[in-house]
Order: sequence, then C-alpha cells, then structure tokens
Amino acid sequence: MILGHAGKLLEANLSTGKTKTLKLDDEVLKDYVGGRGLATKILWDRLGSKWERVDPLGPENILLLLTGPLTGYYPGGRTCVSGKSPQSNGVVGSTVAGEFGVELRCAGYDGVVVTGESEKPVYLFVKDSDVEIRDAAHLWGKDAKQTVKTLTKECRELLQKRYRRFGVWKEPSLLYIGPGGENKVRTAVVAAKWTHAAGYGGYGAVMGSKRLKAVAVKGTGPLPEAADMRKVKRYIKKVNDNAYDSPLWRRWGTGSGGYEFGAETSSEPVRNWQGEWHNERSYGVDQFENRTWVKQSWSDFGCPTCCLKVAMVKSGKFKGAITDNPDYEMQAYLGPNLGIFTPEENVFLTALADDLGLCGIQTGNVMGFAAELYQKGILTRKDLDGIDLRWGDAEAFGTLMRKIALREGIGDLLAEGTYRAALKLGKVKGIDLLPLAVQSKGISIGAHGIRSGKDFIDTIGYACSVQGGDHTSAASLPLNGGGSELMEIFNDSGVYCNFNSFGLPRNLKFDFYKAVTGVELTRQEWCDTKALRILQLQRAMLLLGGPDLKWNPKVHDDNPPRFYEPLPSGPHKGKTTNRKEFESYKKKYYAAAGWDENGVPTSDILRKLELQDVDRTLRRIRKDLRD
Amino acid sequence: MLATKKEPIWIARELIRCSGCRKCEIACSLFHENRIWPEASRIRVFMLVPGAEFPHFCAQCKDYPCVKSCPVKALSISKKTGAVLVNNERCTACGNCINACPGRIPHMHPTENYIVICDLCGGDPQCVKVCREGGWNVLETVSRGDRPYKLYARKPEETARDLALKMYGEQAEEYL
Repeated sequence: MILGHAGKLLEANLSTGKTKTLKLDDEVLKDYVGGRGLATKILWDRLGSKWERVDPLGPENILLLLTGPLTGYYPGGRTCVSGKSPQSNGVVGSTVAGEFGVELRCAGYDGVVVTGESEKPVYLFVKDSDVEIRDAAHLWGKDAKQTVKTLTKECRELLQKRYRRFGVWKEPSLLYIGPGGENKVRTAVVAAKWTHAAGYGGYGAVMGSKRLKAVAVKGTGPLPEAADMRKVKRYIKKVNDNAYDSPLWRRWGTGSGGYEFGAETSSEPVRNWQGEWHNERSYGVDQFENRTWVKQSWSDFGCPTCCLKVAMVKSGKFKGAITDNPDYEMQAYLGPNLGIFTPEENVFLTALADDLGLCGIQTGNVMGFAAELYQKGILTRKDLDGIDLRWGDAEAFGTLMRKIALREGIGDLLAEGTYRAALKLGKVKGIDLLPLAVQSKGISIGAHGIRSGKDFIDTIGYACSVQGGDHTSAASLPLNGGGSELMEIFNDSGVYCNFNSFGLPRNLKFDFYKAVTGVELTRQEWCDTKALRILQLQRAMLLLGGPDLKWNPKVHDDNPPRFYEPLPSGPHKGKTTNRKEFESYKKKYYAAAGWDENGVPTSDILRKLELQDVDRTLRRIRKDLRD
Repeated sequence: MLATKKEPIWIARELIRCSGCRKCEIACSLFHENRIWPEASRIRVFMLVPGAEFPHFCAQCKDYPCVKSCPVKALSISKKTGAVLVNNERCTACGNCINACPGRIPHMHPTENYIVICDLCGGDPQCVKVCREGGWNVLETVSRGDRPYKLYARKPEETARDLALKMYGEQAEEYL
C-alpha cells in the first residue's frame, strides 16, 4: 500500500449539486504522484476522447484542485490547480502557495474535482467529511480582500456554530476568484490569501464559468501517515537548514530581481519587450524595502525561505495599496514592461491585480501589448475608450486593468489574453499583430528574456515547453537535468514550492518522496518513465487543442518574433536569439523527448510508455502535419 | 533573562514578527503526536487578516483560571516548568477550561476526548526552537518571573485586530 496520500478525491458536480468521494488506485498514485501528474491523467481519462471539442469555459471542463504526497511535508506547501486551460487549450499544472493543500489533506482528500456548472454563484464548504455547496450571491463581484474577509468570518461562524465543543476555531483555508474570474477573463487567477495566485493557465476563468466563487476547507486530521517519520523529520531539517544558509531570497525575496534582471542580466521585459535593459536605481530592492515593506518575512505552511514580504503604500496618490513584495514577476510585468520604475506605482498595480483576481504576468503582458499598439498608432485613444495609455502612466494602466476585469469596452477584447487579442484585433485592423504578442501557445512569456543569454531560460525554454510561456516549467536538455521540465513536473506533482530546493542534492526530493510514500523512486525512473509519460500526455492534449484554436508545432514551437530582434540597448546591445542554434537545439530536444521531426510524440515512445490510446488519437495529427 | 532548565519558564512573544510559517505548529504536533497535525497543535497560528498572522497559545496566568475551573481535577500545574498539565484519562472534555480562559486558548484534541494545552514540552519548548532556528525570533524562552502574564491570554479576534491596525493603520478596519 502506498502511504502519504489520503487515497481519495472529493468530487462536486455543480450542475446537479451533488458531491461524492472517489477512491484513488495505488497504481495511479504511484505512476502520476499527484498535482500536475494526476491532473493530466484525470483529464486524459475523462476528456481525452473529445478533447478538441471541449470548451475550457464550458460545463464539460473539469476544474482540479490537487495536492501531492509531499504537500505539508516538504517545507513550503502549495496546491496545484488544473483543468483544460482557456489560454493554451492544453493542461497546465498551476500551483499556488498557502495552507489550502494542507487543510485538504488533513480533511482526508488528495484533491477536489469540480464538474458541471452552477446556475447561480456558489462556494464549496468542506469540514472533513461534511461537505456543502453554499450560496455565494453575496460574494459575487467582491474583490480579493472583501472576499477573504467575508468568507473567513462566515466560515468561522459556521464552524463555531456546528462544532461548538472544539473551542475557538481557526479560519479555514480559501481558494477563490475575484471579479476577473467571475467575468471569465482568460488572464484570471485562482487566488489564496490576498495576494497568492495560480496564474498560468487562466483557471480563474474556469472557476468563474462554473460560477464557483470559492472553496473553503478545514481539515482536523493529521497529514496522511508517512512511511518513515524519522527520515521525514531529517529531510525537513535538511531543507530548512539549506534555506537558512541561503540569504538571497530570505532577505530580499525574488524582488531583488527588479533591478538585477534589468541592469545586470538584461533580460527583463521593458515596454512590451522592446528592450530588456534598464538601469533604474529607483527600482532597487532597497527602495522597495525602505519605502513600502511593512513586513520583512511573510510565509506559507512550513516554509523556511519567506521570500514574500508585505508591502503597503503609506502616502501619496496610491496610499493604501497593499500586496506582497511585489515579487520579481509582478515588479517586471507591472513595472518596466509598462514603462513604470517607481515602487509605489508598482505596488499599486500589483495590489489592483490581486484585488481584481487577475494574473499580473498575463495581464501585464496584454496591457504592454496594448500600450505598444498605442505607441505605434495602431490603437487610438478612441479605441481605448479615451485612455491616454502612455508608458509609465500607472493610473492609465490601472483604469485599463479594471476594464479588463469587468470586460468593459476595450477591456473585453484584452480580456481574451495577448494571443487571442492579437488575432482578433489584427483582423479588425488588417495588420498581422502577432509579431508584437510576446507569448507562447497562448501563454504569456515569464519575465525572463533569452536574448542576452544571461538568465536561466534556454532558447527552447518557452518554445518547447508543454506549458508554453510558463517560466516555472521551461524546457531544457538534458532531460534529467536539475532544472528540466521533467524535474518541474516532479515539483508540481509532489506539490510543494520549488524555491526550497536550490543547492540541495538532486536526489533529496526522491528520497523525501520515498520516506513519505514508502515507494522507491529514482531520478532515472522518474525521468525515463513516469515524468516522460506525463509530458507526453500534456504534449498530446496541447497539440489536440480546442474549439477556438489549435497549435501547429511547425509554426508554434517557436519563440515570439520579438525574441529574434536585436536587443536595442544595454550591456548586451545587439545580441539576439540565433535561429540556427535554436532550430538545432529544438531538434535535439524533440529527439530526446521522443517526438518526431514535427514535434509529435512517436508511436514508439507512446507504446513504450503504455500510452497506446494516445498513439491512436495522435494519428490524425501526424497525418495533418504530413499533408 | 534567558531560562536555565532548573526553574519555571515562560515563552516571551513578539507577535508582530510572526511570518506565518507555522513551523511552530509542525514542531508542536510532531513532538506531541509524532504527526504533522495543525489542529492538534498546542500552539495555533491564526490568520484572521492576511499578513497579520500570530501564534495563539497558553500564557500560564498567575492565577490559572483554567485549572480552577476543572470539575474533575484533570488540570494541574507543573512544579518544574509552571505549565498547565492535562491528565488525559481524567479529562471529560467538558470545555469549562475554554470558557475560563480569558483568551479562549485551550481547544479539544480533534480525535480524542480531552483538551489540549501547551505543556512547555517539559521545559524545552519545540516551537521556540524552530522559531529561533529560522531567525524569526517571535518566541523566546525566559525564566518565569512574578509578572501579570495573564495580559497575554487574549482572544484571537482581539490580537488580530491589534496587529492588523499596527500593520495597516486605520485601513485595517476594512478587513476586520
């Protein structure tokens, strides 16, 4: 028997209002682990045969909130959100920090499966085996902070009333959507606390399409029993001690990147990636710290790193804005990418994205895209409903962001995300706008450029990833290397934070897995078999696509055109991506991953991985690509 | 004054420094239950307002109202540490001690029929250890003096309010 799992899922069908538990097979858990791996398996089994026809924002889609065996054990707890992505039409394992996953496991579930769609707004309340679908009419339209406040109060009162004997109840843990998700904005997040988000994938829109405002869970049991508690304790200590000795993120969070990635590695988006260099002293992490941080270390379950800080603007035009650091991605995408270099303005826009339930990366990307169109005169002030969308004008971008969340005017178009907005607007304007869309397969590129060659993403990182522009799941060779996509699949399937692994022996996470589950798993076995199988399934569903668009790997396994333009300024001026080298690297990657020359998984590899049904389904794709 | 092992101790607390990492809950439940079990932990981190997390645990009031309230004498005071000790067999889970506590700190064990209260781990509190290892230093073991520790036995709603106002100013009213 496999340990470390609850062994069951909670399924809520919002069309019928019925809930039930589903037993999970040991064999499935052994092969797919949890989180991203398990999501891929569930989605393939349930939707694979009709994948192309499933509308990610329709009732057929399935929303998954999954934990993994390492959630709560490996320091830094997370939850993996998945389903068919309204951004890529594939599967994205999108993780969010917080205690939700721990509560879920303590309530006796490895995850929640949400099917169907409700007629009216609801939320799901879970206290161990007591599960209830509750009315959320009073929560619909509420921003992040008001949603958290209202639900925390309401759910504690429920617990207090129903389980009075226990004493005073702590708050349950929440995952929820903001107005962005309610309005099915494709850049909407599934959020936790005030500021945490599962952003990549756009699952806030999926939750909104099901009219599910939130899930609140309180679990009173222990984490599922581990196989070797003595070892688990030892590994926890190892991870902690390693983090305590690594001051970078403990001290500054990833926000140290706001200056460094601009000034030094020259790989930060500046004005929709027209440049990747800035040398703005005002954007130093010390300025963020001294001007905005009201808490130096902010953490989630068991985390020794505390890369998050709490920031608040205390004076001036943006007084009252509260968010985390902001972390590097938010600093970049809601900062230099919009021509903004002032900490308070960046905190304001990041807090606004939180409040509206939007992904700062994806929304910052589409707003940068719009601003460049305005700069070039392609979008007029009239097109923008009167907004003078000049680089650096935080208030203008704030106004636009609200319109996106509410799908008002121009916001309705931009709410489709950069790729779809570029297609639609290009048609209207009669110009090919895709060269200005900095994305890969519908997913905006993370804030790490490849042109200077000084950042951590390889030239094929986004182009060959099964999660497109997701910088936390970039492709690279060797396939079993420390930062490869297969290793990221492990983090997202074990479901813990990948920020507590730096500097540790690569095998530690597998030893940790064995100590928790009792199942032997080597890095080699993971990379040769289990992770490779998950990768093929994700690749297959990505290639099958959806009713509105499909990807042709010959065209779309590429970098955004902007990444082939020379860097216009900075220490790496003139550098760009070498297409020939990129093509040859891509070819090697295809071969290593078991994909044919067109990027489709071969029959050989699929048979070897016992994915015969996938092989059959992909036949028509292979044929289309030959024709 | 730092504590030596031979005298009663107290856990001094600087709540505003809490990162919300909940390592204290993990350490406490591992020590007492050999499981990671947040709701069985004798120290519990509340997050009634995000960013204003804090640990909530026994303050060992000078007059020990919980001990006095127990109808079956299941609670006693450790001579060595000054902690409140629960006799699990004797406890009937009546909940009198919860109501007697000015901070409503004791809570039921989630699966067993007895109350759980911080026992100071017999003099070497595990929560303090992990908190200091991580450098957060919210908690510190000091020798127990003749002081009104009862001041620290406050309801979570009260503490959350104070910390949220301290962090966010009057704007915190919107989140409470």
